[in-house]
Amino acid sequence: MISFETPPEIDKRLEYVRQVAREQMRPQARHFDEHEHEVPWDFINLMWDTALKTGQSFRSGAPRPDEGPSIASTMLVHIIESLSWGDAGIYLCGPGAGLGGAAIEATGTKEQKERFLARYREGKPKWASMAMTEPQCGSDTAAIRTTAVRDGDHWVLNGEKIFVTSGHKSLIDSEGLSVIWATIDPSAGRAGIKSFVVEAGTPGLTVTKLEYKLGIRASDTASIVLENCRIPLNNLLGSAEVVDKTKGFKGAMATFDATRPSVAASALGIARASIELLKDLLAQEGITIRYQTPRNLLSAIERDVVDMEGQLRAAWLLTLKAAWLMDQRRPNTIESSSCKVKAGDVVTKITQKAVELMGPRGYSRALLLEKWMRDAKINDLFEGTGQINRLIIARRLLGYTSAQLK
Amino acid sequence: MFSFEPSEEQQMFIEAASKFASKELREHARHADEQSALDPAVLASGWELGLLPASIPEQYGGFGERSAITGVLAAEELAWGDLSGALALSAPNLVAFPVLLCGTDAQKEEILPQFCSDSYVPASAALIEPRYDFDSTALETTAARSNGDYILSGVKCNVPYAAEAEWMIAYASLDGKTEGFLVRKGTPGAFVGDREQNMGMNAFPLYSVDFRECRIPASQRLGGDNGAGFALLLNCSRVALAAMAVGVARGAYEYALEYAKNRKAFGEAIAQRQSIAFMLAEMFIDIEAARLMIWEAAWLLDEKRDATRAACLAKNFADEMALMVTDRAVQTLGGHGYIRDYPVEMWLRNARGFAVMEGIAIV
Repeated sequence: MISFETPPEIDKRLEYVRQVAREQMRPQARHFDEHEHEVPWDFINLMWDTALKTGQSFRSGAPRPDEGPSIASTMLVHIIESLSWGDAGIYLCGPGAGLGGAAIEATGTKEQKERFLARYREGKPKWASMAMTEPQCGSDTAAIRTTAVRDGDHWVLNGEKIFVTSGHKSLIDSEGLSVIWATIDPSAGRAGIKSFVVEAGTPGLTVTKLEYKLGIRASDTASIVLENCRIPLNNLLGSAEVVDKTKGFKGAMATFDATRPSVAASALGIARASIELLKDLLAQEGITIRYQTPRNLLSAIERDVVDMEGQLRAAWLLTLKAAWLMDQRRPNTIESSSCKVKAGDVVTKITQKAVELMGPRGYSRALLLEKWMRDAKINDLFEGTGQINRLIIARRLLGYTSAQLK
Repeated sequence: MFSFEPSEEQQMFIEAASKFASKELREHARHADEQSALDPAVLASGWELGLLPASIPEQYGGFGERSAITGVLAAEELAWGDLSGALALSAPNLVAFPVLLCGTDAQKEEILPQFCSDSYVPASAALIEPRYDFDSTALETTAARSNGDYILSGVKCNVPYAAEAEWMIAYASLDGKTEGFLVRKGTPGAFVGDREQNMGMNAFPLYSVDFRECRIPASQRLGGDNGAGFALLLNCSRVALAAMAVGVARGAYEYALEYAKNRKAFGEAIAQRQSIAFMLAEMFIDIEAARLMIWEAAWLLDEKRDATRAACLAKNFADEMALMVTDRAVQTLGGHGYIRDYPVEMWLRNARGFAVMEGIAIV
């Protein structure tokens, strides 16, 4: 039975989340944009304390039982959308298991989930990052050069990772961890690529750099160097066997099926913020949008706004469906990439249009429209660029392998 | 609770409509377009699906409840087969649903049983007017009160089956509000003009109608003295046409996908090139998105909540999407896309119509 009824649990959670976005995030948005690398501790402590008190991290939505359907992912995308409406950069600083946690959830054993994720339910704020990109490879993750070599009871990791979101927070500012992708057999290509958990304070791991960025400046984007970094054998997520040519890699890629709807949701929070402010400003100028008027009779501005709102809704419903499929424990690779492509596209266009429509006011830093345009663009880039996601979708639709459609 | 899965009953409707669309509508589509006529046997066969009677309650001769969601699910499947055929099969809805939704008890009792018979009976709606600035909420056709009756005056275009339909609903402005009037075939003052020639939807018969001093008894005002909720009818029309836009687009996308896998260039299938593959991915994404927007609006309608904004956004998005997708389907086929041996040029012509059509379908 088709239904678009928001479950009451989600509405209830959103009341609080929206209040935080409105009162704690939005007023701080410009400050952390202009003071890059400052850490929004007030927000972090608030979110952490609330999570401990309620037992519900905003990072994980609703509890996900071991089997059967839940509303975990659909709740999560709602929360992320609302927080990103407040500020997408500050949202990314939110403590909790985050991306690294998603990888552990997707590929870890029960024992690993407990061992690595228990820390996110107690003590001081902690983060979990995911380190995949390297200086020479981004979307082509099969070209990863970071190595993991077995030495008795340990894996020894060597290599360099860049663009690690919350890398600094997960490894320096907290007793967190990072999920590091490395190859255990460089001759095996994708089959040799595995993910490893490296905990904060592990010797041989250093955070070497924080990037300066176009937007989402509140969020730290770190480089990590691994020099003979030794971790226990059972910090490898999933199986150590290099058997099936693609299985291990696919397992790791499953993480993205879970995280791409979250990225899409964050994008759409920014897009909604832009449209809302734009409409408020237009209303002050006496311009209201006539939704029911035929398209050919609308003013150019009205038509732009109607299109922006339609595109936003389109992307949101794709995101919701991808999350719902997750909650139903069904495959969602196409849907997950689809919502990411669409959200990355529309947030880029919507925020650019909002700046254009407000003219010099849109370009001025007196308003947040220009900031949102800068923040927006990351969503078309991280967790897989729009292009790599189009490839993923097209291969599935056409039944092609990565060799058939490059 | 969210769910993006049709019910089992709806799934049965989808499968039946889909089978009919591929076996009959699609097979006849090109011929029907060239001849500007639908095969009556195809319509008769489509009527056997029982889509409309399944939406009319038993007391009026039907065997079910109307659901906008079921309606849009079926509309997409039918339009996938052929837009003209889908519109023709849905034409009886143009009178049945407004009467069901807004009619008086007497109107329901008189009219609804006529749409529950075994044979296909076309019906019609006269809403669109022949001017560039047509706006269904500000009609130039007027209804004036006269001795307890209403006098209709004005010119309509794109009126389906105007020459054949036993009943049509003519929409006119009464005190500045759009209201519907049930007009029986042969009513004096309702002059049916020539069959119209449009860019697409050729097999779907559309006519101009000139209302000159056309007297309609008060009992035939849709909804009686209280009138009809035109906003609701318009929303039901928006989602119906938007669903058909998705059907047309999906047909074009699927055709282009198969073509691109089979057409070789430079030693490999053209689908193996990103320039083609990315177009296909984008077509797929927007079709999915449009469908979800339509489902949401239809769900709001079934829940009896305000669906206006959702329906407007869905229709606007679907109209644009269908044009983009069918244009890209033509592009994928290259020169062949332009040739009438292939169906895609017809789908492009059909898709352009959505942005200018209103009120010619309803769920």
